[in-house]
Amino acid sequence: MVPLSYYLVLSALLFAIGVAGFLVKRNIITIFMCIELMLNGVNLAFVAFANQYNLIEGNVFVFFVMVVAAAEAAVGLAIIISVFRTRETLNVDQVNLLKL
Amino acid sequence: MNVNEFNLHLWLIPVLPFLGFLVNGLFGRHYSNRTVAAVGLLFPGASLAWALVIVARVFAGGAATVLPHTEAIGTWFRVGSFVVPYAFFLDQLSLVMMLVVTGVGFIIHVYSVGYMAHEGGYYRFFSYLNLFMFFMLTLVLANNYLLMFVGWEGVGLASYLLIGFFFLRNAAASAGKKAFITNRVGDFGFLIALFLLIKHFGSVEFSTVFSKVSGLPAEAAAGTLTAIGLLMLVGACGKSAQLPLYVWLPDAMEGPTPVSALIHAATMVTAGVYMVARSNPIFDRAPLALTAVAIVGALTAIFAATIGLVQNDIKRVLAYSTISQLGYMFLACGVMAYSAGIFHLVTHAFFKGLLFLAAGSVIHALGGEQDMRNMGGLRTKIPWTFWTMTAATFAIAGFFPFAGFFSKDEILWRVWSSPGRGSGILWAVGVFTAFLTSFYMFRLWFLTFFNEYRGGNGAGGGHAQPARAAGEPQDAFLEVEAPTIYHGLLAREFLRRRGTVLDMKKQEPVFTYFVRLPRSEAETFAQWLQHETKNAAWSRVREAVQAPEPHHEPHESPKVMLVPLVLLAILSVVGGWIGWPSALGGSNHFDKFLAPVVEVSVEAPPAAKAHGIAEPERTPGHGEESTEVLFSAISVGAAGLGLFLAWLCYVKYRELPERMSLAVHGFYTTLLNKYYVDEGYQALFIKPIVEGSTFLLWRAIDVGVIDGTVNGAAADARAASRAVRRMQSGNLRSYAGWIITGAVLMLAYMIWLGVH
Repeated sequence: MVPLSYYLVLSALLFAIGVAGFLVKRNIITIFMCIELMLNGVNLAFVAFANQYNLIEGNVFVFFVMVVAAAEAAVGLAIIISVFRTRETLNVDQVNLLKL
Repeated sequence: MNVNEFNLHLWLIPVLPFLGFLVNGLFGRHYSNRTVAAVGLLFPGASLAWALVIVARVFAGGAATVLPHTEAIGTWFRVGSFVVPYAFFLDQLSLVMMLVVTGVGFIIHVYSVGYMAHEGGYYRFFSYLNLFMFFMLTLVLANNYLLMFVGWEGVGLASYLLIGFFFLRNAAASAGKKAFITNRVGDFGFLIALFLLIKHFGSVEFSTVFSKVSGLPAEAAAGTLTAIGLLMLVGACGKSAQLPLYVWLPDAMEGPTPVSALIHAATMVTAGVYMVARSNPIFDRAPLALTAVAIVGALTAIFAATIGLVQNDIKRVLAYSTISQLGYMFLACGVMAYSAGIFHLVTHAFFKGLLFLAAGSVIHALGGEQDMRNMGGLRTKIPWTFWTMTAATFAIAGFFPFAGFFSKDEILWRVWSSPGRGSGILWAVGVFTAFLTSFYMFRLWFLTFFNEYRGGNGAGGGHAQPARAAGEPQDAFLEVEAPTIYHGLLAREFLRRRGTVLDMKKQEPVFTYFVRLPRSEAETFAQWLQHETKNAAWSRVREAVQAPEPHHEPHESPKVMLVPLVLLAILSVVGGWIGWPSALGGSNHFDKFLAPVVEVSVEAPPAAKAHGIAEPERTPGHGEESTEVLFSAISVGAAGLGLFLAWLCYVKYRELPERMSLAVHGFYTTLLNKYYVDEGYQALFIKPIVEGSTFLLWRAIDVGVIDGTVNGAAADARAASRAVRRMQSGNLRSYAGWIITGAVLMLAYMIWLGVH
């Protein structure tokens, strides 16, 4: 039986990698994948706790998160495609019209 | 109350002119001048006819048994036990007032048809006149003080509208404002008196208040009734142009002359006298207030008469004479001779209405000239005007047997025989004023109608007064009101194409275009109109532009103006006979008629009141009939002296006035400048208010504090926003950075919470 702390450390590592990637990367697709990474880090923490304490709620939350992530991927990818069509770039630093 | 078996439909009297106001006011713009005049005459005429029917029915039923008569229409409002009804009230006093207002009012309406024919805004004029009739009739027929107050304020409004009728002229507009504001000062007093009445008697209805008052004794010292009386006097001073609130009336001469006749001589200004007479049960029990009324009246009478001596504008002389005569009425009321005051009110309505109308006819004849120094010799040129004016002049001067003699004589006699202290002084002031009145009226008469015509010679005579302010609109230009803004724009187009863009005024508050063009252009303009638009509304404009050139020679006025003059002249002669005193072999019907309203004595026990007339003060100590005849002779003598001196100064030795004015130069200048009262008010009240408003209220409080707070809050928000708006850079990664910073901070806070 792997101890709970291992899972949690892995989860934190995944989340931190996601955050770092989100901040550092300029390509929108990469940023998008970093968001997925963060979500999955959180999912891992949920299932680990659910397993540890024998509670079904953790698993239910994971399913919710996955459903939302799927919907978000659909919408997000659509947005990315239309951004690329209009601006011919995926560099977020050049997609900066919405400002004061 | 005998509403069911004896219904006079009193409400018709005020409502009919109101309908006229609505019809002309709403649709008159599209009517021709003829239709406007027909509507404007029909409704007040119907009102007069109904008033006559009422009088006939009242006398058929016996005035003493039928009156007082109340007709309630409904409840205005109800607050707890305090109820104000919509009800009209007819007694001897309001009957007299109703007849004066409808009668003289209608005659002046007829006159206006001719007088205003060449002015723009014909429909507006008639709708305002009708509105005035409505409010004045509401005032005199109301059965309670609050409804009376509605009429009171309403006539103020109508007066404002009519004084400022030529509102494109600055002088007229400010005269309107002056009248309105000065009246507000007086209304303040009336309003406080109303509150006191409500507080002490719980009602504003005349019958309730007076029956409660009649149980009270006369106040030896100042008390509630005295306070009410004095405050009412303040209100009456405003409306009836008494000292110190008379200043608006001379300026009100900026209005068209029929307005001066109707409002500022015959009817509206008498409202104050009417109120004092109406409230006689209150005044009877407040000797202090009564004394104040008498003193204000006497002072005003002599004060205004002295100013009238030196004025050169024909209408201003009449204006000061009005103030002076109103002073007589107050004097009469102040010695409890209410019926004499009302009698003078009636005769004054006749002869002063006539004087103004005749003066209007003179002005009309001379094409807008109002300065008497440019008149003279008109006796033969405008004979009808001359003879009617003569009747009025003799009436106001108080010659037997003209109307003014009886009323003025009655007042002077009642003042002399009043029991109070100082009645001798008051009487002397009255007689001296009668002399002054006679002098300045005959001065006007001689200057206007005798000697040679001085028109066109510039300022003749010995008076060194600067030229008068612009009079009524001159005839060199034609000013017509466009029926709609669209037509106004069409007219402007025409003017532009003619290359003679003279004037095209847009009067903002009423959305009216005025087209002003020289008479030489009028013909072309009329043709263009014919071609350009078939709109019936322009027919009035066509009439105006096709009207013949104004005569520059004095010419007699049209019949529609002369008939009212003749009617009023007849009344000025015979109108006083209803009050022929018993000392001269008459029976003074007028006094007896009004007796039930005004002769309720203070001392009389309730039993005597039930009989109606109780008259302790009717048999004064030193009042023999032979004495009364002697006193009549004295007042006629004063009038005769005035006539003689005026003849000396203005016909026989015509250099005399100049020498006299030089001899007493300081006094003369003071009189000419109306005792500098306007200047005094300017320095004492107007300037402090204007400067206080400008520097303290506007610049310090409004701009500094109020705007400062609002603008400061806005500026702060802006500064804060300027600081944080850098966050919205458009750079997605920096947003992410902010989110993470926030998350970290929150996390840190939670950990900190967990640690402690």
